[in-house]
Amino acid sequence: MAHSAVGVIFSNIHDENIPELSRHRTMASIPYGGRYRLIDFALSNMVNSGITTVGIVTKYNYQSLIDHLGSGKDWDLARKDGGIILLPPYSDETDAPYTNRLEALKGVTAFLNRRKEDYVVISDCDGIARIDISDIIRYHEEKHADITMVYHEEEDVVSSYYISLIPDADGRIKDLKINPPTKGKFNQYVNIMVLNREFLIGIIQDATTRGLSSFGRDILVKNVNTLKIFGYKFDGYYAGINSIQKYYAHSMELLRKDVRDELFGARDIYTKVRDSAPSKYNDGAVVRNSLISDGCAIEGTVENCILFRGVKVGKGSVIKNSIIMQDTVIGEGVSLDCVITDKNVVIRDRRHLAGCETLPFFIAKGRML
Amino acid sequence: MQRKKECVAMLLAGGQGSRLYALTNNIAKPAVAFGAKYRIIDFPLSNCINSGIDTVGVLTQYQPLELNEYIGNGQPWDLDRAFGGVHILSPYQAKKKSSWFEGTANAIYQNMQFMKKYNPEYVLILSGDHIYKMDYAAMLNAHKQAGADCTIAAIEVPMKEASRFGILNTNPDGTIYQFEEKPKQPKSNLASMGIYIFTASKLFKYLEEDEANPDSSKDFGKDVLPAMLNAGEKMFSYRFKGYWKDVGTIASLWESNMDLLGAEPAFDVADSGWKIHSRNPLAPPEYIGEHACIANSMIALGCEIEGTVENSVLASNVVVEAGATVKDSVIMAGTVVKKNAKVVYSIVDENVVIEENATVGEEKTKNAGIAVLGRDITVLADVSVAGGKILDKDYKGE
Repeated sequence: MAHSAVGVIFSNIHDENIPELSRHRTMASIPYGGRYRLIDFALSNMVNSGITTVGIVTKYNYQSLIDHLGSGKDWDLARKDGGIILLPPYSDETDAPYTNRLEALKGVTAFLNRRKEDYVVISDCDGIARIDISDIIRYHEEKHADITMVYHEEEDVVSSYYISLIPDADGRIKDLKINPPTKGKFNQYVNIMVLNREFLIGIIQDATTRGLSSFGRDILVKNVNTLKIFGYKFDGYYAGINSIQKYYAHSMELLRKDVRDELFGARDIYTKVRDSAPSKYNDGAVVRNSLISDGCAIEGTVENCILFRGVKVGKGSVIKNSIIMQDTVIGEGVSLDCVITDKNVVIRDRRHLAGCETLPFFIAKGRML
Repeated sequence: MQRKKECVAMLLAGGQGSRLYALTNNIAKPAVAFGAKYRIIDFPLSNCINSGIDTVGVLTQYQPLELNEYIGNGQPWDLDRAFGGVHILSPYQAKKKSSWFEGTANAIYQNMQFMKKYNPEYVLILSGDHIYKMDYAAMLNAHKQAGADCTIAAIEVPMKEASRFGILNTNPDGTIYQFEEKPKQPKSNLASMGIYIFTASKLFKYLEEDEANPDSSKDFGKDVLPAMLNAGEKMFSYRFKGYWKDVGTIASLWESNMDLLGAEPAFDVADSGWKIHSRNPLAPPEYIGEHACIANSMIALGCEIEGTVENSVLASNVVVEAGATVKDSVIMAGTVVKKNAKVVYSIVDENVVIEENATVGEEKTKNAGIAVLGRDITVLADVSVAGGKILDKDYKGE
């Protein structure tokens, strides 16, 4: 094997950014792109780079995540050695469950200690991209880095919490800022980093003994001059999902051929298999510029939409600029414009709902209108 | 105590399917694609698992490579089991002799060891060339309740077609008094579906006798069933009502695909109460373009449609470019229909390229034939493939 790395995925870290969609689930299990969950991108990137052991750090609301991941076989991660390993919060009578990334990492040191891989790839679930992680590891090796942080050039502030990286000509990070005011382009850290496994265990232990609490503030920012922190620039398509507006806008980018080709052209983004029947376009169906997942039955008009699995659109209904999540049933004569329905929503006949592109109208899971 | 399975299924999947011509040049009939994401064998395998039968031997012979790969460890059908599960049974070399499977009965006979390993009370014999949903557990119950030695699933067919089938002549109580293989003058229209449940001990006995009989053609319909009947064994018919279609010909394969279309289809694969399991393609949702026009069609994941699709079944990753038309056709996975090309009344196998402005097939009329394009071929730009033509090589025109 070219590189030996173990993956660690944080499933909950950015939940507060999208309260609408993470009320009943982790960030990791937010549905995306018609048949995926956010974690599918992080997991597929790891699997496609030869990583066969991935620890998934959870905190709460992770039933839907467990349901999605199953044994891991859909990602080819049902393995005798490694595979998908869920890491729920560890706490005893003296400790409450973790409240920050450093405590979360402390909770998984036992897992990291048991592994033998040289490197750890840490990823959150708030980004949509197809990244070759073995390239990052190669870069990390070449630079003899302690930490390699992946960044993407962004134009505007996209999050309530973000890290801006300032690399020198060699790629070494000479300054690292949390939530700086930004003007124009800046290098946003995309929450993917590579570290030497033993180095990571060392800094976690050190931080614990010294009572540090923030990985970003107490470790990265404070040691930017002493640690060898390198930046790896990712030039491909990256969609950071950190608000319902961004969720909507980036989802709609999937209707662009260049974006689809980059993410899905190689047909190697894995997800849970549901055995749905192929979708049917019945009498009355008019479908334009839309992504349609399997198991749908369409008898109305669907324009500029993303339909998840098992969606039904009744006769005479007109659905535009909307994201309709799985098993939503839309009756007859309904009109929707700029609407996001969560799973299992029922919209009865002749209901008319509209949001706008900057503020899509959101309908929570299981609601009946 | 020896572990056992009450019922073991044996699926005859060795058929060449020569009447599917170019579609079965390199694959066995049960591996032929059907209904945008399935293969024919998904139906009996799904029926098995949905009926609680988790031990299935799949007997292969003709071009088994793709079928073996497709079935793999059986996980897509939940048939990867520690005890039981799906097993591919190929002809093998034995100490005394080695031979290909000679007839359906001989194929099962050669795999006696496989069945006996599970010590079953009943054996279900299936074939891999029909599209249907059937609860074998209900049939097994009927078999048990009747105290039968053999139960044959049967369906009423139009009288004028009865001579194409194995016909069961039955008493009012369902017992069979005569079995006629493709009779010229059929006495009834009750056709055997090629689905048998045997009490295992009886099956083993008659298979051994049949094997020892040098005059036997070693076929269930022609030899084993008549022998059992002559010996006075209790043989029952089990009436099946529902959709059942032999997809062994180009015309019937096309028709059966079309039976999936519409809001109230003749055959519903989206039935949540009887899921059809299959190996799923790794593909994003299909994209329907700005100027696409889709009417009464079934389209699978990964397709990119910019043209017109009408009354058609498109499997995964099919591309229909702008200005192209696909009408009254079955298109299998990965095929590309380029700009302004036209495909009508055709079956196009996997990974075919139809170049710009080419025409395949002719409008569906009473006398028109279905055009068939075998896998991996290219139809060059501007040429025209006549209706009813069957191609298995690149086509540059006449």
